[in-house]
Amino acid sequence: MLQAMGLTSIDDLFADIPASVRTPGIDLPRGLDEQDVVRHVTATLRKNRSMETMPTFLGAGLYDHFVPASVRAIASRAEFYTAYTPYQAELSQGILQTLWEYQSFVCELTGMDAANTSMYDGSTALGEAALMAHRITGKREIVISRALHWEKRDVLRSYTVGPGLKVVEVAYDSETGTMDLEALRNAVGPDTAAVYVENPNFFGRFQEDLADIRSIAPSVLIVGANPLALAVTKAPGDLGADIVIGEGQPLGNAVNFGGPLVGIFACTEEHMRKMPGRVIGLTRDVEGRRAFCMTLQTREQHIRRERAMSNICTNETLMAVVSAAYVAVLGPRGLRKVALENIRRAKQLAERIDPLESFEAPVFPGGHFNEFVVRSEIPYARVHRALLAAGVHGGLPLAARFPELGEAALFATTEVHTEADYARLIGALEGVR
Amino acid sequence: MTFRQARYDEPLLCERTGQKKDSEADLFDVPVSLRRESLALPQVPEHEVVRHYTRLSQMNFGIDTGFYPLGSCTMKFNPKFAEELARLPEMARVHPDQDPSTVQGILQILFELQGILAKISGMDAVTLQPAAGAQGEFTGLLLARAYHLDRGDAGRNEVLLPDTAHGTNFASVGMLGYHVREIPSTDGRVDLKALEAGVSEKTLALMLTNPNTLGIFEEEAVEIARIVHDAGALLYYDGANFNAILGKTSPGKMGFDITHFNTHKTFTTPHGGGGPGAGPVGVKAFLEGFLPVPILTFDGRAYGLDWDRPKSIGKVRAWLGNSALLLRAYAYIISQGSDGLEHVSERAVLNANYLRHRLEKHLPVPFSGLRKHEFVASGKPLKAKGVRTMDLAKRLMDYGFHPPTVYFPHLVDEALMIEPTETESKETLDAFADTLIHITEEDPELLKSAPHNAAVARVDEVQAAREPILSWRMLQKTKGIHRGEP
Repeated sequence: MLQAMGLTSIDDLFADIPASVRTPGIDLPRGLDEQDVVRHVTATLRKNRSMETMPTFLGAGLYDHFVPASVRAIASRAEFYTAYTPYQAELSQGILQTLWEYQSFVCELTGMDAANTSMYDGSTALGEAALMAHRITGKREIVISRALHWEKRDVLRSYTVGPGLKVVEVAYDSETGTMDLEALRNAVGPDTAAVYVENPNFFGRFQEDLADIRSIAPSVLIVGANPLALAVTKAPGDLGADIVIGEGQPLGNAVNFGGPLVGIFACTEEHMRKMPGRVIGLTRDVEGRRAFCMTLQTREQHIRRERAMSNICTNETLMAVVSAAYVAVLGPRGLRKVALENIRRAKQLAERIDPLESFEAPVFPGGHFNEFVVRSEIPYARVHRALLAAGVHGGLPLAARFPELGEAALFATTEVHTEADYARLIGALEGVR
Repeated sequence: MTFRQARYDEPLLCERTGQKKDSEADLFDVPVSLRRESLALPQVPEHEVVRHYTRLSQMNFGIDTGFYPLGSCTMKFNPKFAEELARLPEMARVHPDQDPSTVQGILQILFELQGILAKISGMDAVTLQPAAGAQGEFTGLLLARAYHLDRGDAGRNEVLLPDTAHGTNFASVGMLGYHVREIPSTDGRVDLKALEAGVSEKTLALMLTNPNTLGIFEEEAVEIARIVHDAGALLYYDGANFNAILGKTSPGKMGFDITHFNTHKTFTTPHGGGGPGAGPVGVKAFLEGFLPVPILTFDGRAYGLDWDRPKSIGKVRAWLGNSALLLRAYAYIISQGSDGLEHVSERAVLNANYLRHRLEKHLPVPFSGLRKHEFVASGKPLKAKGVRTMDLAKRLMDYGFHPPTVYFPHLVDEALMIEPTETESKETLDAFADTLIHITEEDPELLKSAPHNAAVARVDEVQAAREPILSWRMLQKTKGIHRGEP
């Protein structure tokens, strides 16, 4: 090949890089063959304790669910996972139809008309929703609840730096753990761009008066939802939401140590042209066959440039494929069964923890989805260590971020837990001194 | 090569949606005010779901299907071992809120990866948090902002971008409310005079990819850095084209202060049909304190997380980043090693220059000199026959090749941006060149009516945008309107 170009050495191809910026290679060990790579990485990963071998009661937005093998088999089709973004529609009908169906599933779950093919995760979906509310209203305040994961709140702050939006935090009702409507009324003002409310919220509590929030909120109401809970709870669109977002991981995706995840983003038809991200539309080919393609691209970075709705390009498409496959394999009956099972288990677990001498659960009375706050009379750090010593991972410690809750932690449970897991947790909690 | 993509009239799963309402009694545990009566999703037997997606996958083209010279996207072979590693329960079923003592393995890998990326880029510190390249840009600009504000310099609201820059650069600047000042090119490189004229005390940073999107190395990198730094601004390196320079040079060596990587390009984590990716960001030491929290730590015995970073920009996404992708990138990098990575860039550059050599007599390649990992040809000569670059692209499909990137960068008329990558053989490159040359000599009507062998014929994208139908719900509504129903 060099000869064909009239060159003699590979170095000739790098003659345009001036000597002043040349580097003498990379200071790394030489390459390993496949067997050694697999051996090394596997051995290193074995230092982790996975939720498979250590009963783990963490949630806070990410949940270990049982995923049928068919879902992974579908997402493992190399024609899907080794493709780039479907810029060339004719060669990419498979993933385009899959994503259009994903959008359709999201719309049915959320009660919205339009959905995009994903944001990076639930937290950036919130950031993007706040920016979208600002685009819609021109106003500058985003009202959130204090009962929000600090990861999301921090990401929201970063996303709103550009237009300089103000994030207004509303206290939660200390009795119920849900949004305090009186405090919300006081926080909403003439410059409020949006109210963001979660159902279930960070404490796992259902916001039972969601319909009332619509009447308090200004023009844009953003609802954050767990898509699995939506199988049995009213679609936010039916309760007046304008934008619905959420972390889509519970729909068939692995927890993956926090990534890749998948941000759900949906809105009403009225606002779809202000939505961020890739969107798939239904159309025809020139011979009249049904076909799909990316559409509304004039919103996007490669056309609109600095006036784009968002800079997002690469998203979490494959995770959306997984979610679509999960919804399809379970169907509405399967989804509702899993969702109800989660509600039932959380309730039963709280009922088993509450009678223990040093623990109170749930701290907030009322309906929960699959997690709840536990309060301990013993410093929670000690409880946490005792559980680990017993081979159990307890919930997420809350004391540092929510000191008003005392020695508290957020415990989640799903259908993956066995009776032996629960027995081990309860036994370990009983033993904490 | 003859190519026939599968062509099924695959029904929509949504057409299998039942309208059956579940009884209220089932929902006893759901608060009354929130109980959902119906869930109109398809209920389909599992084996039929698998067939549905298997047939759809057969109407999709990936790297495992064929040559995919999509410029600026670095579509190289995705090693299968990385997929198997990412599936291990010690990766997939690990929660990011687990106690650090229970996740020492993945923390070690991420910590080591930071060090490796710092070495590759000539940077001093790395964050793995950004979810993709564009989020890396957003993070980098937040870092530049924090740096200037920390010095008490609040007057910088302009970002300089060459006219060859990726669209995401413009959008990242826009997201942060800054103004873009576009710097024109001369002979495919940044015009230094224009840069001198454009830079000022209002400049926050210059964003540059090198080699640029024409595949041309900006030989004046050091001078560019001097001009920008003299004005007190920072230099941001867009790492999309890193595949060209591994081991040969580095952004750090060229004088850049901030850089991002695209793991789904350079380190071949599969792009999943649009994502996921990962966009680690490296910085010089003076910016380290501004990096997103938490920072990974290692005290010689154990790995941990440090949240106590008073100058940090905060967070750009939840948790630590796309860890399962970063794991794949780590596995790929140690499989290549120092020798392999340098070889990657040598092969990538060799393949691009060879392909350009094969094609330039037939499709002009504007601007002289060497190319790095990609080049941009022009389909302009075919215009006389009424053939556009898009027609050429669509016709390539009929021969089993994924088209190159088209109509970008904008300063080349009828652009075809071709990036063959290092994993392709000379036989593949020759077959592609022969086919492309053959197509330029074909009956124009064959091109304008292409593709003929894909799952569908030319898709009407104008119609899709004119009357957007983005979901089954919207389709049902539209049908209602068309039938004259309320």
